[in-house]
Amino acid sequence: MSFFMDNILTIVCFFPLLGVALILVWPRGKEHDGSIKWIANGVALAGFFISLPLITEFNDARFIDSESGMRFAFKADWIPAIGAQFSLGIDGISMLLILLTTLLGFISILSSWTAITERVREYYCYFLLLQVGMLGVFMALDFFLFYVFWEVMLVPMYFIIGVWGGPRRLYAAIKFFLYTLAGSVLLLLGILALYFFHHSVTGIWSFDVLAMQQLDIPLNLQIWIFLAMFLGFAIKVPMFPFHTWLPDAHVEAPTAGSVILAAILLKMGTYGFVRFSLPILPEATMHFLYPLLVLTVIGIIYGALVAMMQKDMKKLVAYSSVSHLGFCMMGVFVATPVALEGGILQMINHGISTGALFLIVGVLYERRHTRMIADFGGLSGIMPVYATVFLIMTLSSIGMPTLNGFIGEFMVLQGVFADSTYRLWAVWAAVGIVLGAAYMLWLYQRVMFGELEHEENQNLPDLNWREMATFVPLIILAFWIGLYPKVFLEYLHEPVNQIVERVRPNQFSPLPAQVALRE
Amino acid sequence: MSELPQISNPLEFFLFNGRAIGPQLHLILWGLGLLCIDFLIPKDKGRVGAFFAVGGILMASLHLYWLWGQSLASAFYGMITLDAFALFFDMLFLVAAFLAVLMSYRYMEVEEEQGGEYYALILFATSGMMFMAGAVDLVSLFIGLELMSISTYILVGFLKRSKRSNEASMKYFLLGAFSSGVILYGMSLLYGLSGSTNLDEIASRVSGLQDPTLLTLSLFMMMAGLCFKIAAVPFHMWVPDAYEGAPTSITAYMSVAVKAAAFAIFIRIFFVAFSDLREVDTLVLALIAMITITWGNVAAITQQNIKRLLAYSSISHAGFVLMGIVAGTQSGVTAAALYLLAYTFMNLGIWAVVILLRRQDIAGERLEDFDGLFFKHPAIAVLMLVFFLSLAGIPPLAGFIAKYFVFAAVLEVVFAEAGPNTSILVWLAVVAALNVVVSLYYYFRFVVAMFIKKDYLPAPLSFSGGLIVVLVITGILTVLIGIYPQPFIELARAASESLI
Repeated sequence: MSFFMDNILTIVCFFPLLGVALILVWPRGKEHDGSIKWIANGVALAGFFISLPLITEFNDARFIDSESGMRFAFKADWIPAIGAQFSLGIDGISMLLILLTTLLGFISILSSWTAITERVREYYCYFLLLQVGMLGVFMALDFFLFYVFWEVMLVPMYFIIGVWGGPRRLYAAIKFFLYTLAGSVLLLLGILALYFFHHSVTGIWSFDVLAMQQLDIPLNLQIWIFLAMFLGFAIKVPMFPFHTWLPDAHVEAPTAGSVILAAILLKMGTYGFVRFSLPILPEATMHFLYPLLVLTVIGIIYGALVAMMQKDMKKLVAYSSVSHLGFCMMGVFVATPVALEGGILQMINHGISTGALFLIVGVLYERRHTRMIADFGGLSGIMPVYATVFLIMTLSSIGMPTLNGFIGEFMVLQGVFADSTYRLWAVWAAVGIVLGAAYMLWLYQRVMFGELEHEENQNLPDLNWREMATFVPLIILAFWIGLYPKVFLEYLHEPVNQIVERVRPNQFSPLPAQVALRE
Repeated sequence: MSELPQISNPLEFFLFNGRAIGPQLHLILWGLGLLCIDFLIPKDKGRVGAFFAVGGILMASLHLYWLWGQSLASAFYGMITLDAFALFFDMLFLVAAFLAVLMSYRYMEVEEEQGGEYYALILFATSGMMFMAGAVDLVSLFIGLELMSISTYILVGFLKRSKRSNEASMKYFLLGAFSSGVILYGMSLLYGLSGSTNLDEIASRVSGLQDPTLLTLSLFMMMAGLCFKIAAVPFHMWVPDAYEGAPTSITAYMSVAVKAAAFAIFIRIFFVAFSDLREVDTLVLALIAMITITWGNVAAITQQNIKRLLAYSSISHAGFVLMGIVAGTQSGVTAAALYLLAYTFMNLGIWAVVILLRRQDIAGERLEDFDGLFFKHPAIAVLMLVFFLSLAGIPPLAGFIAKYFVFAAVLEVVFAEAGPNTSILVWLAVVAALNVVVSLYYYFRFVVAMFIKKDYLPAPLSFSGGLIVVLVITGILTVLIGIYPQPFIELARAASESLI
């Protein structure tokens, strides 16, 4: 047990490779597809369970690095010639994202059970590989290692869109790949600049993220590095005007691909801002705060307006992502304690509700092979369970109180309002909420209510047990965060306080972080 | 390092110097031996020549390994050096020759051009390269260069009945001879200025020169000629035709070994003899590198033939290696050396797959020929994907480490000094980084064909034991250099330390 707990991050990160290895040696042939599905689902579920100790042991003093406050830290030399280390470690932010990843990873694999019938073996291999890359991104505390994980996941995602996607899948897949890669290579140059600056100050060749967070970088240099890293992260988020790959990728990807893309991959961009841009380049972030807020507001309102006009359900949800992530980013950039925490919580919320919405669209698509809103209507009578799930997730997405979206949006607005300079930006964001309610409810109305006009929809089956199983955890989480967010926010206080102290020192009183350490 | 001992009698002289050029001698003697016994080998047993050549390469490698431990300084009164830089490149050439011979024999049977002289010429070319890498004197350098060039001119035209091959050979020969002439002209100017052919002496004698006009002229002459050899824009016109027309195994060998040899003398001349003109050549070379990377990639986008595509991509890779020279520091040389090492494996691997696709009556070069490869030969397609990703520079593969090092070398200069050229270096890094995206795009056209298109050409692939060995070695090293690059970095570092 102690070996397991000492290396838990490494094990959680690379555990999906076990599934890949098993699938690769499994006998070939169509008749073995069933067992491959079981393997993939089993490995993904086991991956979720072995990541649970990250919560239960989170405040155990044995696993806390006394210097940095990072949990479960693990360090080993990797490439001594350049000072790159295999260094993993998590704080509250990454812990929640890792749990989200292992859960959503399992859910999306489970949701592919009947949707994927061709090239099953490869499909699950790519999905599990993707999982490794995503987990690594959230765990890496070495910039070089981070970059490797960041890039590694592009390849499996490319194939997931390119092989199992819709009619324009090749275009969407390569667009996704090229956009993200263009951002990443500039990010690499930014990382190198940090690396050399770190060396010129300390004389040590190192990619240690925590050491970089302690640097005092001249503003002039910060600005350049910020711009390079901004492109890398903003394309991934995606922030307006770098969002154009997103609708294409979402529309063409298979359901599970969309789920994982929306729920986890986009979070890598926001996580990048929270983990790297803000603490390492605090002055540059404040320097650019005004244009950044303009971009987030454009994203919120533009995304919402475009979503309203969509005829394709999936495209609608995709554009709603642009809008919601604008919200997230506003909270992160303003960086008052409450706004930042709200922004981070909103990352989790968006993963839950948008992930679920893509699953919801996928359920209909699998039954009817169309996603056009006009092809549906009046489904609530035929699929009552489905209608309920859909309603919960719609309300969660528009920020209805008692559900998760409300908490996140409220905190972001409250936090932005706390900063007297940027107070009025909250008004624009609030407009986005109204628009969000408009397009989501209108979508729900057109799909679920009204007359049942299409004959084909007469006999649509309701959710089966497997589909229910994909929704139940998400619904529980949505209510849990909505009714009692303290459990989740507690993990965020400490890292949020640290980041705020770095970005806007001595301006705000810290959040009440009382961590009861266990001995 | 031990200095050259005082040698009085001729026998001792030959023994000492013979040991120092032992690997080259092995290659030449085995090559000559092969020519002598070639007529004894029956026509249908052409493979014997290949195994004979492999024997020569292995013997040369053993000797090289022995030399590595000897730390001899130089031989032939300072004409040839045996520093770590030379040994690093010697090793690289031997590896490339070994892999090239192994992937050749089945291919030459398919082309019906099997012959002992083919392998002998590869051995001669390799020994020429090794002389180049070890040369610290303009004379030995040029002799090595010509030995390599002439052998490769013939090899490019080895498919005697193919018009394409003949044309390629002619083009390569005419332009190559011309560029050798230009280099020679530059050398003669340098000799006129300094009165010596030894690079170190040249460096010390031209350092205080009052009017650097002639020196600059000589620099540009040599630069032009060498840019031709490494195929940098605007001296790259011969590359697509020569690479397309040559036997594929020779294209593979050229794109790796000939290029590396040219880079070896490029680096040595510019870092030793012209160390004074650093600012001029940084500026010009930075521009050349920028244009080379971009042009190679842009021209590759529309190619439908894999040989032409890889030709253009090799042009852009030469630009990346040039970035290391542009940096002009020790880390720059390390980066260039490491890049060439990584490039050797990933590029030879990809050419091996192209050779595999060349079957009776099927050229296997068009984009369509790759359709559906994954469904029939998943392992080959996955290997090809790994090589493509590595060439594009996606981690954790060899190509990423190589690209990382050249970027780091360039940015390190930017951070170390606020000189006049720093802004162009930043632009060079940005342009090169964005080019990674372009290159990924055209490599992935082939990935799409292999993994997503369905119709597969039924003819069986030209498998052979040698080719499989090549694929395994290149595949393993492409991944290994990416995941655990430490020992390879140390090798490259030792090479650059001995030079600067």
